[in-house]
Amino acid sequence: MSDELLRLEGLEVHFPIRRSLSELLRRRPRNVVRAVDGIDLTINKGEILALVGESGSGKTTTGRVVVKLTRQTGGRMIVGGQDVTNLWGTAALRPYRRRVQLIFQDPYETLNPKHTIGDFVREPLEVMGIGTRDDRGQRVLDALDAAGLRPAADFAARYPHELSGGQRQRVVIAGALVMQPEVIVADEPVSMLDVSIRTELLRLMLDLRQERGLTYLFITHDLALAWVLADRIAVMYLGKIMEIGPAEAVIRSPRNPYTQALVSVSPSTDPPEGDAPDERMILAGETPDAAHVPTGCRFHPRCPVAFDRCRTAEPPLFDVGGGQQAACWLAEPGARPADPPSA
Amino acid sequence: MTTSEAREGSTAIRGRRQWPLPKQAVPGAPLLEVEHLSVRFKMASGPSVKPVDDVSFRLDDGEALGIAGESGCGKTTTALSLVRLLPANGRISGGSVKLFGIDLVPKTERQLARYRWREISMVFQGAMNALNPVKRIGDQIAEPLEVRLGQPRDASLKRAGDLLELVGIPRQRASAYPHELSGGMRQRAMIAMSLACDPAIVIGDEPTTALDVMVQAQILVLLEKLRRDLGLSLILITHDLSVIAETCDRVMVMYAGKVAEEGPVRRVFTAPRHPYTAKLLSAFPNIRADRRNLEVIPGAPPDLRTPPPGCRFAARCDKAMPQCTTEVPPEVRFSDGVRVACHLFPPGSEGSLAGDAAKILVASSMPATPPPGEARP
Repeated sequence: MSDELLRLEGLEVHFPIRRSLSELLRRRPRNVVRAVDGIDLTINKGEILALVGESGSGKTTTGRVVVKLTRQTGGRMIVGGQDVTNLWGTAALRPYRRRVQLIFQDPYETLNPKHTIGDFVREPLEVMGIGTRDDRGQRVLDALDAAGLRPAADFAARYPHELSGGQRQRVVIAGALVMQPEVIVADEPVSMLDVSIRTELLRLMLDLRQERGLTYLFITHDLALAWVLADRIAVMYLGKIMEIGPAEAVIRSPRNPYTQALVSVSPSTDPPEGDAPDERMILAGETPDAAHVPTGCRFHPRCPVAFDRCRTAEPPLFDVGGGQQAACWLAEPGARPADPPSA
Repeated sequence: MTTSEAREGSTAIRGRRQWPLPKQAVPGAPLLEVEHLSVRFKMASGPSVKPVDDVSFRLDDGEALGIAGESGCGKTTTALSLVRLLPANGRISGGSVKLFGIDLVPKTERQLARYRWREISMVFQGAMNALNPVKRIGDQIAEPLEVRLGQPRDASLKRAGDLLELVGIPRQRASAYPHELSGGMRQRAMIAMSLACDPAIVIGDEPTTALDVMVQAQILVLLEKLRRDLGLSLILITHDLSVIAETCDRVMVMYAGKVAEEGPVRRVFTAPRHPYTAKLLSAFPNIRADRRNLEVIPGAPPDLRTPPPGCRFAARCDKAMPQCTTEVPPEVRFSDGVRVACHLFPPGSEGSLAGDAAKILVASSMPATPPPGEARP
């Protein structure tokens, strides 16, 4: 199963920043926020790709471009062999929106408290003018059932306040399923939920992939969730992909120091051993502002193993074998292995 | 010498222990002892709700206690009731909260005010919402010093600068407004504010929840440093068990307003006895563990308007026995400092710790049924 379903080529989203009057008078060039700064990505049919990054990494913007809520400023997007880069406008996007659906983060904000669950799930069908009245009713029930809200007819008549957080998120999933999409972009779909409920929803997502051959772009800040769910993981930092590869490889043998740091601080419920050395790589500072991206490798100011070259030249994604790629000069074929970070 | 006189002279940040205890303090009493605490919320219609029901715990000097559980299990309400910051329809309906042996429950609002912030301070979850957006952070940190301790403004501001440095913010940033700081910086500023009056206890309500992993790691390192340097006593409320694993000495797991299990973190997290604790731990996604064998806790916590008779977890428990749905499990205390309320550990089973714990451990470490999505493409 390696039929490519979605491909991003050199995708760029730059948001212009308004200049102040004094900057205008001094004819300063217009600065931009480089939210997504040239990424290449492919997702195969039936695959779950996790896009992992901290806030400001551009992961959500990437997701919004894929569902056509944000316009890219550069690069191409190909879905199912069709170039959809310049597909815009409500009418033109209609067939596209049936194929690619978005699941939002917050099930409390997404649902209208005055509409029943059935209304919420039916709405996209009506907007798109799909099916007859009876058809729609049946499709709504099927979607609720597939999302695990059973008996579906009973749930369809309920209001959001009657549901728990986990059930609400299932309703949001049903709202996406009712369109029978091929691709689901899920932006932090379980982050608002308790740990105990998360698992159920992750399993639901895996089941739906199995039953319906769904493809997911799973956007999360939590490396552990990506590990649990995804086939492949892409780690983003300041608008670039720093490392991408099979989940097993990215987590167990990360090659980019940024990924290594993220893996080392990923939360665990094992209490630290009293005398064991602290192996966490805690980076100082925070992700810089995407309006002022550092020169060279954008991670170099926080990188514990940065050297001269990192300050001047930006590393491309180097193949490190097994389908894994890392954007780091230390991953360049023939590069000497990284020195252990000095404290 | 009263507490406030002693505090006026110095701006050094040395933690609670340097100040004399309040006059009514009972010599030798534990720092904080909560016994049979119950909180009742009056509802607009229908019966009242008990979000905290007969909860007991203690916190010793310099200790960090984590309170864990799902949303709605009563962990935040428990902490808020210590300083009676309950919503208008809530009140403490029973039990005692003893700080240095002084019971805070019968105190009037006015009497209680002297304990808030000076003896027990709080770090709230959303630092953006908890900080005043139109005041400079230096002024906000100095405010409790002026208001609560009556210190002069310049001394308060100087100490605010010291506090900022202590939490890793350059003191020049004291003139910044909250929106000029990043999320991690704001959380640091909140921590600085909570330390302003050298309190005996700092309560952190989900102090790292909205932060990025790297910033969360930085804040946890800061908390560890403050504990070490100031001998801080901490109560951390969080649904994130990893935060407790990393920073706390003891953990109290709550479920539906009651204590399910409490004890040293190492004991509870490596050998959970209550099935709820075991489930919570195995539902936690961990990159160091195998993939896709996460546990599911079916169902949802009970509606507290009509709490089930017997054990409140029984309906979701895969080890439930007939008596679980009828009898409230009594609390059993083991010799290793763990106490559990579960019928799997009836009174008298303390002695057979090894056997029973082994039984539970075997049961809970069995691989979960693989999810249907297990097959890899």
